[in-house]
Amino acid sequence: MTLTLGHFLTLGAMLFALAVVGIFLNRKNLIVLLMAIELMLLAVNMNFVAFSSYLGDMNGQVFVFFILTVAAAESAIGLAILVLLFRNKSSIDAEDLNALKG
Amino acid sequence: MDAKTGFFYLFSAVLLFAAFRVITARNPVHAVLNLILAFSQAAAIWLLLKAEFLGIALVLVYLGAVMVLFLFVVMMLDIRIDALRRGFWKHFPFAALIGALIAFEMGMVLMGGFGDVEESKAVAATAVNAAGQAVQYSNTQELGKLLYTKYLYPVEIAAVILLVAMIAAIALTLRKRKDSKAVNPAQQIRVRAQDRIKLVKQPVTQPPQQPAAEAVAPAVETKA
Repeated sequence: MTLTLGHFLTLGAMLFALAVVGIFLNRKNLIVLLMAIELMLLAVNMNFVAFSSYLGDMNGQVFVFFILTVAAAESAIGLAILVLLFRNKSSIDAEDLNALKG
Repeated sequence: MDAKTGFFYLFSAVLLFAAFRVITARNPVHAVLNLILAFSQAAAIWLLLKAEFLGIALVLVYLGAVMVLFLFVVMMLDIRIDALRRGFWKHFPFAALIGALIAFEMGMVLMGGFGDVEESKAVAATAVNAAGQAVQYSNTQELGKLLYTKYLYPVEIAAVILLVAMIAAIALTLRKRKDSKAVNPAQQIRVRAQDRIKLVKQPVTQPPQQPAAEAVAPAVETKA
């Protein structure tokens, strides 16, 4: 049985499903939420690389390049906000962030 | 089953296991370490897909920089994990069911739709260079050609996004210490004598009158 495009796409889908479950289970823990988002982006990148490789089109890999850039920026700012939050509230519980409650 | 298929299943199994450990690990440091494992397996799978540049970039940039940043932040924060994990195992069966459903449905659709797409023969193993010689196909070279011609402006915008992220991260976490006794040399040089000392002409005050003092003393005595 040779590898087809479907194998790689299914792997990406399973990774994405795991990340969704992670977000659902760790609603309170902001740092694991950030990690689950990284996993989601990895799943998306996996799909891009698989399509790019199997269809012989390099544009998909260029797009992965940009997604990696944006993901790095996102995690840098996200972690900065997390540090700021911990400094002010001494907690990273998402349920403590209720200062804007009306 | 050839070696490539075997490696694919090996890397996939480790990748999914590491991802599972990321979302269930009790200790956030273990979660980050498992995330590093997951990304390295993904890089290996990209190498199987002949995307060498991206695979190596994922290891160098992502594991080397972003994940280490994660690790630093996780180790810096003193997290009380028990409060954060309240209700975790209570919700676990339902979440696992939802996740299995998502994975199963997407797997069915994707294997049905793309299960027969074999690797394209469009990418030749060799290419012909300007001098007419056959050269080895290079993924990095092809990616570079695209990045610096067709996608030149997007690359510039990506660079600006990284700059903005860097400045934002520094500006967010920068804090001035209130207890710092550091001197400001510019302020020290600019100081003048008349700012430091002020001469005031004060008339000499007279000592209080003697009778007034005597009038107070008997009053105290009578009260005692």
